[in-house]
Order: sequence, then C-alpha cells, then structure tokens
Amino acid sequence: MAQPPLLSAHGITKSFGPLRACSGISLSLHEGEIVALLGENGAGKSTFVKLMFGALQPEEGGFEWRGAPVRFADPAAARAAGIGMVHQHFSLFEAFTVAQNIALALPGEAMDTLIERTRTVSETYGLPLDPNALVADLSAGERQRIEIVRCLIENPQLIIMDEPTSVLTPQEVEPLFNTLRTLRDEGRTILYISHKLEEVRALCQSAIVLRRGELITTLDPTDTSAKAIAEAMVGGTIAHLNRRAPSDAEALKDVLLKVDGLSHGSDSRFGTKLKDINFELRRGEVLGIAGMAGNGQSELFACLSGELRSEPGAITLHGVPAGQRGIEARRGRGAAFVPEERRGHSAVQSLTLTENLLLSRHRAQDGTVSRAGFIRGRVAHDMLNRIVRRMDVRAPDGPVTAAALSGGNLQKLVMGRELDRPLDLLVVNQPTWGVDAGASANIRQAILDLAAGGAGVVVISQDLDELFEIADRMAVIADGKLSDARPTVDLSRTDVGLLMGGSADRQEPALAP
Amino acid sequence: MRLELTPRRQAGPFLNLAAPVLAVGFTAVVGAVLFAALGKPPLAALYAYFIEPLSEVWSLHELALKAAPLILIAVGLSVCFRSNNWNIGAEGQLIVGAIFASALPVLAPNATGPWVLPLMLILAMVGGALWAMIPAVLKNRFGTSEILVSLMLVYVAVLLLDYLVRGPWRNPEGFNFPESRSFGADALLPELISTGAWGGRGNWGIVIAVAAAVFTTIMLTRMLKGFEIKVGGASARAARFAGFDARRTTFFVFLFSGALAGLAGAVEVAGAIGQLRPSISPGYGFTAIIVAFLGRLHPIGIIAAGFLLALSYLGGEAAQISIGLSDRMAQVFQGVLLFSVLASDTLVRYRVKLVVVRAQERVAHD
Amino acid sequence: MIEAVALTIITAATSLLLAALGELVVERSGVLNLGVEGMMVVGAVAAFAAAQATGSPYVGVVSGALAGGTMALVFACLALGLATNQVATGLALTLFGLGVSGLVGESFVGLPGVTLEPLAIPLLSQIPILGPILFNQDLFFYLSIALTVLVALFLFRSRRGLQLRAVGDDPDAAHALGMGVLKIRTLAVLFGGVCAGLAGAQLTLVYTPQWVENITAGRGWIALALVVFASWRPMRLIIGAYLFGAVTIAQFHAQALGVAIPSQMLSALPYLATIVVLVLIASNRRFTMVNTPAALAQPFIPNR
Repeated sequence: MAQPPLLSAHGITKSFGPLRACSGISLSLHEGEIVALLGENGAGKSTFVKLMFGALQPEEGGFEWRGAPVRFADPAAARAAGIGMVHQHFSLFEAFTVAQNIALALPGEAMDTLIERTRTVSETYGLPLDPNALVADLSAGERQRIEIVRCLIENPQLIIMDEPTSVLTPQEVEPLFNTLRTLRDEGRTILYISHKLEEVRALCQSAIVLRRGELITTLDPTDTSAKAIAEAMVGGTIAHLNRRAPSDAEALKDVLLKVDGLSHGSDSRFGTKLKDINFELRRGEVLGIAGMAGNGQSELFACLSGELRSEPGAITLHGVPAGQRGIEARRGRGAAFVPEERRGHSAVQSLTLTENLLLSRHRAQDGTVSRAGFIRGRVAHDMLNRIVRRMDVRAPDGPVTAAALSGGNLQKLVMGRELDRPLDLLVVNQPTWGVDAGASANIRQAILDLAAGGAGVVVISQDLDELFEIADRMAVIADGKLSDARPTVDLSRTDVGLLMGGSADRQEPALAP
Repeated sequence: MRLELTPRRQAGPFLNLAAPVLAVGFTAVVGAVLFAALGKPPLAALYAYFIEPLSEVWSLHELALKAAPLILIAVGLSVCFRSNNWNIGAEGQLIVGAIFASALPVLAPNATGPWVLPLMLILAMVGGALWAMIPAVLKNRFGTSEILVSLMLVYVAVLLLDYLVRGPWRNPEGFNFPESRSFGADALLPELISTGAWGGRGNWGIVIAVAAAVFTTIMLTRMLKGFEIKVGGASARAARFAGFDARRTTFFVFLFSGALAGLAGAVEVAGAIGQLRPSISPGYGFTAIIVAFLGRLHPIGIIAAGFLLALSYLGGEAAQISIGLSDRMAQVFQGVLLFSVLASDTLVRYRVKLVVVRAQERVAHD
Repeated sequence: MIEAVALTIITAATSLLLAALGELVVERSGVLNLGVEGMMVVGAVAAFAAAQATGSPYVGVVSGALAGGTMALVFACLALGLATNQVATGLALTLFGLGVSGLVGESFVGLPGVTLEPLAIPLLSQIPILGPILFNQDLFFYLSIALTVLVALFLFRSRRGLQLRAVGDDPDAAHALGMGVLKIRTLAVLFGGVCAGLAGAQLTLVYTPQWVENITAGRGWIALALVVFASWRPMRLIIGAYLFGAVTIAQFHAQALGVAIPSQMLSALPYLATIVVLVLIASNRRFTMVNTPAALAQPFIPNR
C-alpha cells in the first residue's frame, strides 16, 4: 500500500482585501524529495508558505499531515508537528551570541545540552559554527547556518527553505546543496523556494510553479529548459535587453566620477567600515559593483550620494572635489541616486505620490518650488503624470500614498523620478530587488539607455545575473574593500564569487575533525 | 485575550474628524463616573464644567484669555511633534519668554510709547527661542535626549523666575510681596472689546494666537519648510536623502516652538496678569501638549482644541465655586482626555478587534 | 557627621534608584515610559493615604506598589494594546498622575505622616561606621539594593532576561521566533510601575513623611535620565543614584551653611547636573550605543 504524502494541500485560498494571494492551491509533498516552489514576486509563494507554516490561516481549503487533517494555529504548532523553516530574512539578534540565538528559538531546551546538540548538528551536516561568536561579526552565509542549525535541532520532517542562496557566494552554494542532499537521503522533505532556475535544475526533482496565486503547473526541472520554466513563471515570453553603443564616442574619455582612497567609519552600530576605495567612472559606461549584502554597499552608496560626507578629495565629480558636498549639491551637478530601500529611504509610505516626487525634485531647476519657498502643486502634478506614463506605473486612481503601490511599481516611480531630468551620473543600489521580471527588464533597459546617451551609471547589486547582463566593467565589494574593476567580458562567475567571499581577514571557524 | 490591530488602507475624512469627538465624548463619560464616585451629581457637574462658562459674556472673555496661550504653544509644538522632535519644556520657554518681555517694563518703567509692547513681544520670542535652543543644540551636538533636557529646563526656569521676583526684580514699593512692579499702560495688551454689552477682559492675545495658527497652516501645507518637517518626522533617512539636514530641522522647530511659547508668556504677563509673579502659568506648557494632540497636530484643529481645554480650566474654577469640586479635577480630566485622544487615534488608523484565544486552540491537532 | 551625611544621601538616593531600576527594565524591553513621574507621585499619595488610614507603614508600601502598578497598567493598555505613541502616552500618564495625586492628596496636606522605621540587621549593624549606615536601614534601602542585583542577574544570567533583551532589540525577530512580545513588554511595564510606586512610597514614608503636592519634584524625570547615565546596566544605576542623592543633599547642606548663593540656584543644581550628565554620557557614543535597546520607543504591532 502506498504511504500517504507527508503533507498535502487541498484548495488553499487566502485573500488580502481585493487581492487573491492564493487561489485554490492543491499539492502533495512526499518523503525524501526536494521540491522547488517557483514564481515571481507576488505570485503567492510566501503567502502559501505562511499558510503551511501556521503563520496565516487559509480562508478555504486545508492541509493534511501524513494523511490526517491538520490546522496549525501558529508556527509553534507547525514546528511541533515536524515542519521547520529557514527564512530568507533571518530572525537573529545582532547583539547576542550564536548559542544565545539558538536558545531563544528553542525555549524548551536546557542551555548546556543545547550547545552540545548545536555542535553535533553542525558537524553531522557540514555547517561549521562557533557557538560563542557574536552574530554581528558573522557573514550572511554564517548567519544562514545558524538558522539552518536552529531548524535542524528540532529534527523536522519537512524543511521549508526560502531563497537560501540569495545570501550566499557561488562558492558557498555547493556545500549547502550537499547538506540538503544529505537531509533528503535521510528521508526528509525539502520545499525549496527560489527564482534561480539553474539551481533548481541542479537540485530539485520536481518544481511547482505559481502565478498570480494559482498553481500553474508541476514540472520536472531536470527535463525542462530554464527558459521554458521562466516562461511558465512569467506567463509569456521574456524580452531581451537592447544594448546600443553610445552615440558620441569622443565624450567617453571624460572621467565623470573619481573615487580616490575613500575610507569611512560606519555610523550605525553594526555597519561596515569602508577601506581605501578607488575607482573611476567614465561617460557611457555601466560600472557594476557586486558583493554579498552587508559588505559596505549602503555605506558606499551613502558616500557617493553625499548622505555621508567624506574627505573632500575622496570623491571627485566632473573634476571638482565633492566629498564635502551634500546630496542636493551633487544633484545640482547632474547626479541622481536611487538607494536600495524604497520604504523610508527613496520614498516615504505615508506621503502621496506627488510628495514623493518632491523628495529629490525640490530644486529651482525642477520648478516645483517657487523662489519664496511655496510648493507649486500644478508643476508637481504634471511631473507625476509624465513619470507614470513613461514608466508604466500602475497606481490606483486618486491621490494615493506610496503605501498603495506594490514594490515594483514604487521602484518604477522612483527610477522615473530620477530619469525625468537630464543626468550625467546615476548611482543605483539594488535596482531590481523585489521587482517582478517585466518591470526589472524595463528598469535595466532604462539604465542601458541612459549610458548609451552618454551618462555614467554605477549599479550596486547582489544579483550577479543582473550585473553580467548590464555592466561594462565590474568590481566586487567585500568587507568594505573594493576590488579593481575589470571588463565584464573578462570575468567568470567563479572569479567574482572568489572575490565576494575572498576577504582575507575574515576567519571561518574550522570544523572539529 | 489580546487586541488585534489591522491597518486601515485609507482613513476617511469622517474618521479623522470623528476621532477627537469620540475622545471628548469618552472623557465626558469618564468624568461623569468620577463625579458620581465623588458623590456629586454627574450631570450638574458636567454642566458646571462645560456649559455654564459659555453662558455669560465675562466668562467668554476668560475663555479667550486662557485659550490664547494654549493655542500659541500648541501650534508651535505641533510643528515640533510632526518632525519627531519632542519639546516638552514649553512651560519653561513660556516662563523665560515672560521674563524677557518683563525686562523692559521692569527695568525701564518710565519707557512709554507705542513701541514698548511690540518690543516686549519680540523680546519674549527671543527669550523663549533661546531657552528652546538649549535642548536643540545639545541634541544636535551630542545626541542628548531633548525630552529630558527640555523638561529639566522647566524646573530651572521656574526657579529663575522665583529668584527674580523675590530678588532683584521685586517691586520696591510692593511691601515685600514677591512680585514685580505693575506694568505701565503702554506695556499692556489692549482689550479687544473693553466696554458695552460684549465688553470684558479678553485681549488681543487670542488674535495673535489665531494669526499664528493660520500662518503655521500655510507653512505646513504650502511651503517647502513644511514638507521638510513632514518628511523629517516620517523618516529620518528619507529626509537625509532629500537633502534636508536633520539638525537644521531640529534647530528650526525648537526655535519656532520656543518663540511661540515665549510669545504666550508675554501674552500672559502683558495681558491677564500685568506684572511678573512667582507663578504665571497654571501649566499651560503641559496642557498645550494635550491641545496639540487633540487638534491632531493641525493648527486649525488646535484652535478648536485650545478653546476646549481652556473651557476645562474655567469649568474647574466654576465647579469649585458652584458644587465644591476640587480644581485638581481639571487636571485629571486633561490627562484622561489625552489618553482618549491617543486611543481614538489608533481607532482611526487601525481596525481593532478583541481576540480571545482559548488554551486548547493553541495545541496542534495531531 | 560623615554618618549623618551618608544616611541622608542614601535616603535621597533610594527612591531614584528604585524608579530608575523599574524604568531600566521597561526600556530594555524596548518600551519608553515617560510616565515615571506620574506613577511615582500616585504611589506616593497612595502609600501616604494607606499608612495614614491603617497606621501601618507596610500597608503603605504595598499600596504604593499597587498604585504604581495600576498606573503602569493604563500605560500598557494604551501604548502596547493600542500601540499609541509611547512618548505622548507617557506624558499623559504623568499629567494624569499629577492631577490624581493632587485631587486625592488635597485633604492630606498638613497631616502628620506615618514613618517607616529602620530595621537593624543583627550583628552587621554593630560594625562601626558602616554598620549604622548600611545595616540599620529601612525596608526600601534593602529592597533597592537587592532588586538591583536581582535585575542584573535576571537580565544577563537567565533565559527570560535574554528574551526580554531580545524583544527590546528586535521585536519582529522575537515575534517570528514565537515569543510573546506584547506579553513580555506588558510584564516589564508592570514591573516598572511597581518600582515607581515603591519609589513614591519611599518619599512619603521615609524621605519626608508627609504629603506635599508634587512631592516628586521631577525625581521621576531624573530617574529617566539615570537610566541613560547607567547606559542600561543595572549596577551602574547605583553609582548614578548615589551621585544624584549627593547633589540633592549638597544643596541642602550648602543652604544650611548659609552659602552666599541664592537658594533657587542651589535648588536648580540637581536639574542642571542632570543636563550636564546627559551631555557627558551622550557625547561618548561608543559607550552608550552598545547597550541602547535598538527598538526603544518603537511601537510593535504583531503582523497577523
């Protein structure tokens, strides 16, 4: 007699207001398999997983665990039943040690046996960890190991992994896959959420594709091309980027931006210090800066934008020292900046869309503010209409706040706000983070067009695919240091990966033999 | 058992207006219960508090006298609070403003002319602004908590005033009473309507207060400065991205609110009091915090809220006389009112649901 | 002489220590309760009233603690249950507390209070000099020192303490791990209220056994500053509280000695000292940043 599936879902439905996040999803997960859950941002992956893990309750439908109906009132109940989850956003406390973090997640366990079990689990599954290290000092990969160990100590039958490789260097991915395969061979089930299709093809036996809250298909990724899977996710064909050579080759000699020996202490408690950063950006080129999260990207961005001041000569804009200039002075010299965080940095949730435009468009040249300091509502409103049309921003009618926009649409609005005026220089941090494929392609195309028009662009991104797609030259930031920029055509992913993890002064704890 | 809060997607204008009304209604109910508990007839007490003062011309004048400083201070505080700067030392700024304004009539009692009063008002704004600059500068320079510094300075200002009126500024012909000499006619705010059926003590202070509220409304809604303040309060990072210097904003809002609180001090000493005394304010600087929140940090709302809180002061006095209720009751009322205002603010922004979780529901169904 | 001065300093410092200790726990859980002054003054009037009515100072102690706790409960319902602005709610609590205590205390003005007598600890109190100072004290002194040590052990040596600090550093992560963020914060706020109530009771039962309106005179606010001074470490509170106790006493002694400075200026000393201390501490950012609860004063709304 066939065993019942480990977990099965029947017609799971969940709405948030008018939005149907999950609509009649049914599926089964069996013991000893790795199943991919695929879908674009907003396809309903995370909602479905939250429903499965007891963090949300479905409106219709239900789950069965080993053939018996279950309802998990909260994640604790799901964990007690044998479901573990490794979140994309870690729930770790920076100021505490590894052992303290593990103890916090497992209130039932005695502190001393816990350290012992941590050691056992980390040795068995090849996840080296120092229990007494402070989390603040650890890399993203090490932090992920804490999450995985924390999950495995509870001996789960089903493990949900949410975008686990998004925080790993290419070199760190393979060991993780080995760990996951070991877990599978022990008879555990892994639900692997990702949008990196090559990884899914290397690791998973089957793949479930969600789109707009519905289950579209279940396919065998080893047997399907990445392009075909991608098209199943998007529900159409994916446009190719259009690269044009800059029209005025003569202008390319100009150095737009020169960074010379930039060092900066961090002003936040667990931030990264910048150490002697050097690069040049010329007209017409896109410079990519790769690196894992938290290696100094936000500090570098803030120094380039002028949100942090540096030595006057550390940053030269158009041949003029600008290290002490503020962000508005740099904007006045034809520069524009798009930070990573949209909610509360490049845009404010509680402000209307027009007000959000004013954030970076309140200089005299923009015409939005009169000489006496009064805001010209008419001008700002026209600006909004122009940008919404050009960038295809989907916004509800009427005077809405930024909170009413999805992440992708808000990013389009922010990009459009900067592209709406003549630019020489654009510095953008994670341009397509959390943006769906269609909008991502639009944003990348806009960056290429800007460079083709003779401007220089610095793109800071964790997404290597993106950088290989649009950057002319690439450098890697690791632990606050920037490698030399090299032409993208001369680089392989392995080269970049080595540089990403390659900070010499970070010591990995060795595994006891 | 717990409360579950779900954000409303867009709060309608109806709810925005309903919140303060709800808060006032709730406070009245609490008040009625309190009166009953103290053995006073609740309805008669509420009548004494909130209706009686409105029924006579002289008390309407008193209402305007008390509302003026409350509105002036609260308008300044609303600008502060909107930008997430917590100036809670307006009482001290009021006192220092009053001291600065009084310097002229006390030290130069023979000065006369139409310039005396305007100069006093300007001096008061300078004094209040200087006192408010201390927490602002310390916050900008060292990151010191502006809440604690501005509050400590209230105590210092009270003692400074006490020293002056008992020491160097005491009226030489005042039989050793702790008060300054009475101000001359040119150093006093003229009454609005001094004679006739509608005549009374009410002076130009209320006009100044309303003008300040109107000016502030224009600044907050139509000018870049107002936008800067709004963004600074919503997100410090976004403000920095916009090129708004947080220190400059902090400095400005403290200067602004300090100047208005100082002005309120001048309105008091050059108006209802007419001299400097050890105590020149029944806590207007603190009550104005309630006024600011009840007015939903909007200057026009603050005008209405200012009159309501002024009524609670008058009602306190009236109820003491007519039904023998302690005037402390007014302060209790004000506290309850601020609680209700804050709670109803949540009701506007969130749907609130009471959830009762039974113990067995927490256990997983195996 | 030394003995007398030391005793007065201790009496002046104990209420500061108790109130600050409560607030320290509250702030470690990520909540800023600016209502310390209000909770203290209500504790003070409740303690006076209960001791007056029963003749027992210990009934006063318990009433003070309960009154402070009740005030804290109001704060918890609003700032935690309804996620209201913590700064404004704390201010409201202080305004409300000053009003209530004035109303209740009106009839007590001028009445003689009940004094809590010292409890000599056998043998230890016989030690010369130190004995009478440290071991012939009232309940509040012993309680304040014992509680400080217990809070230090709790915060840094127990799992519950770890949870409390975790909630104060990152409530979202704590919630994701299944910790009851609001429950932990509520308990912390109630503890803070009880401590503030005790601190108030100390004022009317030991420091000046009578009722005077606004008897706290800003001590609740100084306690808030002490928490910053101690950079959220309990043991450092003892130093801070005794330093401020000494400043308060120095002002009385200077007045008694007839120093040629206006008395108002001497009275302003504790407040000015608070500002100076805040500046000195805040300018050393490395020192404070490490211990500041990262989520201090940020409302938390469970996302579900």
